Amino acid sequence: MKSEFTLKLERCKGCGICVTFCPKQVLALDTLGKVYVANHENCIACGQCELRCPDYAIFMDKVKKEAAK
Amino acid sequence: MSAKLMQGNEAIAEGALKAGVRFFGGYPITPSTEIAEGMAKMLPKVGGTFIQMEDEIASMGVVLGASLAGKKVLTASSGPGISLKQELIGYASAAEIPVVIVNVQRVGPSTGQPTAPSQGDVMQARWGTHGDHSIIVLSPWSVREAFDIAVKSVNYAERFRSPVILLTDEIVGHLRENVELPDEVEIYPRRIPKKSRAEGYQPYAPDDDLVPNVANFGEGYHIHVTGLIHDETGFPVGSPKVTRESIKRMHEKIARAEDEIIEVHQEFMDDAEFAVISFGGTSRTAYEAVLNARKRGIKVGFVRLITIFPFATKIIHEVAKNLRGMIVAELNFGQIVNEVERAVKGQCPVKLCAKYDMTIFEPEEIEKSIDELVAEVSK
Amino acid sequence: MIERSYEKYFRQNRLPHLWCPGCGNGIVMKAIVQAIEKNHAFTQDNTVIVSGIGCSSRASGYMDFDTLHTAHGRAIPFATGVKLANPALNVVVITGDGDCTAIGGNHFIHGCRRNVDLTVILFNNNIYGMTGGQASPMTPLGKKATTAPYGSVDRPFDACKLAEAAGATYVARSTAFHVQHLVKTIEDGLNNRGFSFIEALVQCPTAYGRRNKMGDPAKMMAWMRDNAVMKTAWDKLPDDKKTGDKFPIGLFYQAQAEPYDAAYSHVQEIAGGAAQ
Repeated sequence: MKSEFTLKLERCKGCGICVTFCPKQVLALDTLGKVYVANHENCIACGQCELRCPDYAIFMDKVKKEAAK
Repeated sequence: MSAKLMQGNEAIAEGALKAGVRFFGGYPITPSTEIAEGMAKMLPKVGGTFIQMEDEIASMGVVLGASLAGKKVLTASSGPGISLKQELIGYASAAEIPVVIVNVQRVGPSTGQPTAPSQGDVMQARWGTHGDHSIIVLSPWSVREAFDIAVKSVNYAERFRSPVILLTDEIVGHLRENVELPDEVEIYPRRIPKKSRAEGYQPYAPDDDLVPNVANFGEGYHIHVTGLIHDETGFPVGSPKVTRESIKRMHEKIARAEDEIIEVHQEFMDDAEFAVISFGGTSRTAYEAVLNARKRGIKVGFVRLITIFPFATKIIHEVAKNLRGMIVAELNFGQIVNEVERAVKGQCPVKLCAKYDMTIFEPEEIEKSIDELVAEVSK
Repeated sequence: MIERSYEKYFRQNRLPHLWCPGCGNGIVMKAIVQAIEKNHAFTQDNTVIVSGIGCSSRASGYMDFDTLHTAHGRAIPFATGVKLANPALNVVVITGDGDCTAIGGNHFIHGCRRNVDLTVILFNNNIYGMTGGQASPMTPLGKKATTAPYGSVDRPFDACKLAEAAGATYVARSTAFHVQHLVKTIEDGLNNRGFSFIEALVQCPTAYGRRNKMGDPAKMMAWMRDNAVMKTAWDKLPDDKKTGDKFPIGLFYQAQAEPYDAAYSHVQEIAGGAAQ
């Protein structure tokens, strides 16, 4: 995995901005309308999700290559 | 002490400065402009700031901002300008920001008679802004008293963290008298927090006198100030309990100090069967009318409201017990007379002597009212 | 537990904020604190956040500084008082399109004119959101609002042109989509000594987007991506290409002029009160 996600679901309002702007369809909304990581292996750690989250609910940290093994 | 010939408006500026005012925001309007002009000249000499704003609303906003940043503040206006200030007088009340607003009354409504005296803003001074709120309103009758009341207004604003209205009129504002002003006056300092953030400081937690010790901006307390109903933290709360307690406390902080705040000037009351009640510039004529009537053998006393609000209900009620009748002389269609009647509670007749034609009272006009009252009660 | 250093500028116990799902205000509020973090002259103790009334103006309550949530339209006069009473304080104003250009329009132009050292960030959502979607002076022509049910016929303000004409010394625009650009734009505004004005376009999916069939929040942001043109490119664009929804973003104007507090300090010097 190239990334590590921290989700603060109590802040997520399910707006879908992170889901839409993710270039690799990594994220999705669950039945309750909260974000979850659906396809972690596709993540390229671009950070577009965190960048535009209006609710500070999703944080993405890049995983260093050695640590990722 | 040095004797000086000056206007009431100038004396207000001098008094405010002496009381520690270091920030003035205003807008030109007759007949209060001399206060702004005086401040524009004097404030920068003492390191203070004067700013002429784009309108009266902004004048209120700028002084409230300056007050929160730690300065003692003043603004002044008349007529339509005072109407515009009402919005943020309410803000000062809700957010408990010390501020003194001078109203040099002129004839209204609307543009009215811009250069002529009136006392038509009395009830506006009490109830001008929307919503339940408390307020302090003081009114001087001489140039020297204008100075003293300016000092007192600044001190009350700081002590109660409340807007204080210095309600004068064109008569006193433009009156010139030779006055001796004191070099030093008693000053109520800005209230300061008694706890640190670590000790759980809450900016809107009331002190023993029910007044909160709100920190100035820039002192590291990270306070939040809002016009929304808020609890002790300063943050808005949408609950009936907080709303009720907040409105109640803001009334009680002034109500519980009423005996100290309320000042009434009484003369010739020991043997009085009648009394003339008045305030501000009108009291100068009323005084002469009382003297003249007494010379003619009428036992009439003189009652002058220095504090207009909170209203001197108890004092007027007591005074009425020994009287056969009262005259209320005011330069309007009849405003404070309703407060007087409410206080008198029917113990004696209350007669209105009203005038609303640009001109000030002549003593004869008030004397005529006295004579009429005497005749009415002697039937 | 905070994940990022900028989060220390938020009152964590006040979050989550009250804005609707997908509202752009949260993005701009974050951009402001990120810009503040980059400016070492701005600390939590010497910075005051002043706001008016409306959705965007609720931001002050979430920010861990001395904060002043004023009356509708009046943020700039209050902020002017704070700055002039204590020029050592940094003052940031948060306002909306209705707050700043309608009820506060007069204060806005006079703040610009005086060049008071404030950084004013206008969250432009093209609508009155808090009251449920009435037309503002920045609602584009033809767009629908509850008070313009057949489409707005009122010609809108270009707040940036207004600020420049009125005397602001830093004028720029960005959007909630262009986050890094937005942060840099605010950062440059904070660095300007004088009246800095930044218009930040934000999506209001609830009161504006839905009524105007602009799709979900992400679609509204995609619209910003597709229609915003950087100033340098915009200037080279022929007039016949500046059509449809296209609009410029970037720095529009910057000038050197003495800020009001410095100008007034000369008055104090002349009057002899500068030392006090």
